[in-house]
Amino acid sequence: MGVGIQVENLNAWYGTNHTLQDINLHIPANHATALIGPSGCGKSTFVRCLNRMHETNPIARATGVVKMGDLDIYKDASPVEIRRRVGMVFQRPNPFPTMSIYDNVISGLKLNGFRNRRILDETVERSLKSAALWEEVKDDLKKKSGASLSGGQQQRMCIARAIAVDPEVLLMDEPASALDPVSTSKIEDLIFQLKTQYTIVIVTHNMQQAARVAENTGFFLNGKMVEFDSTHKIFTNPSDKRTEDYITGRFG
Amino acid sequence: MSTQPIGTPRPSLQTQISRASTIRRTATNYIVAGLAILATIVVIAPLVAILAYLLFKGASSLNLAFFTHIPAPVGEDGGGMANSIVGSAIILVLASLMGIPIGIAAGVYLAEFGRGKALATAIRFTADVLNGVPSIVMGIAIYSLIVIQQKHFSAFAGGVALAIMMVPTITRTTEEMLATVPHAIREAALGLGVPKWRTVISVSLRTASPGIITGCMLAFARVAGETAPLLFTALGNQFWSLKLNEPIAALPLQIYAYAISPYDEQHRLAWAGALVLILLIMVSVTLVRIFANRGQLKGAS
Repeated sequence: MGVGIQVENLNAWYGTNHTLQDINLHIPANHATALIGPSGCGKSTFVRCLNRMHETNPIARATGVVKMGDLDIYKDASPVEIRRRVGMVFQRPNPFPTMSIYDNVISGLKLNGFRNRRILDETVERSLKSAALWEEVKDDLKKKSGASLSGGQQQRMCIARAIAVDPEVLLMDEPASALDPVSTSKIEDLIFQLKTQYTIVIVTHNMQQAARVAENTGFFLNGKMVEFDSTHKIFTNPSDKRTEDYITGRFG
Repeated sequence: MSTQPIGTPRPSLQTQISRASTIRRTATNYIVAGLAILATIVVIAPLVAILAYLLFKGASSLNLAFFTHIPAPVGEDGGGMANSIVGSAIILVLASLMGIPIGIAAGVYLAEFGRGKALATAIRFTADVLNGVPSIVMGIAIYSLIVIQQKHFSAFAGGVALAIMMVPTITRTTEEMLATVPHAIREAALGLGVPKWRTVISVSLRTASPGIITGCMLAFARVAGETAPLLFTALGNQFWSLKLNEPIAALPLQIYAYAISPYDEQHRLAWAGALVLILLIMVSVTLVRIFANRGQLKGAS
């Protein structure tokens, strides 16, 4: 089951560039939350702070409190532990090119030393079914490289890989931006099903997509979160002028 | 063009490019392609020529005795280089066992952990300088560092000399190859909660492995034919010896000894030895390639 995330006074820097400024936000459990905003506004940095990927960049730094349930992710756990509990799907599909489809899906378990064959087999099947990819790849799981799939299939495989470790939160950084409309709608269907089990945070440039999949939406601008509300309210009756300008296409 | 009123059809691109310029472009294309092919031939020709000449000079002296006998005493005909072949193999295995792990580990440090650090810059510079050190200098260095200390020549000293010559090539290729692994793949592993060291081994190194193996093979092939570093270290041996702490025979040393001798029979054996040396290098490099490509998946990039 997913857990809620409480963000308090989150600030982040790249070198001297203050990319996130005083973000306060509650992301409810088992819902999809969309983050919208123009390029460079800090959406990606924000989600990367939620699984401590931000700090893998040597010049990056973050302060503030991020709580997953009762766990303060910057105080109570190591980055490696956090990333096992917070899955991430990246903008471009990033399969491991040397691994088969099977090994790609199971990599999170295998690379952490998990060896039980029966459970690995079950996990691969369950994850690929959840990612709506099982039927397309079940015959050459171990024969084909993960990189041999089409872009849309690769991205669904990456989603399967992320949920194979059974995370509580799933972060998606523009998961459909490199895909065609058919693959995009498959990913959106998937988000619909996955949010019953996981807390989903999705960054998107596509406002229709935010409206379709997310219960709540946050609008980011220049490193600040301008507005956070139910998706319906954001898109029909935003309380901030800048949000309205953005969603009506007046800038950005 | 911009002065034309909107809606006026512009002359098509086809008519703008004159026929003469099309012919010129086609001709240029053929000329450049031809030059590239010519350059390739110039590169390959010496290799083919050397191999052909070695076959011509050496093949007739190759027989079973060459691979099973040790060198005949001076003045007698016959004999072989069995001890040199085995000796070379021992020295090269020693060198690879020391040089490859150290070279790869240093490359991993440069690419994955040392980005932008002063130590990494120093190591990179040192590796490049080491790569340019003449092999005879390496031989003298190991002579004074190991041979004089131990008070005897040894296979081990020869292995160390060749290992040090392998390291810079392997380090730099490992670094270059790791740099070509997309950052997105590392992030994928880190994002799954895989520790950094495991990511480096199972993702970065594995993805870069074809290039790293090529680097190791290049280094191996280069030192396999080295004579100078072995002159003061392994020394050479007319008799069977498999001991690591005694002088040991090696193909390049035996070829050298025979090539400068006054006897025709020994000259013929030297040619045969050179042929065998090249063939053995080719065979071992090919075997590693085949072995490394085994189990590669369909569509793997």
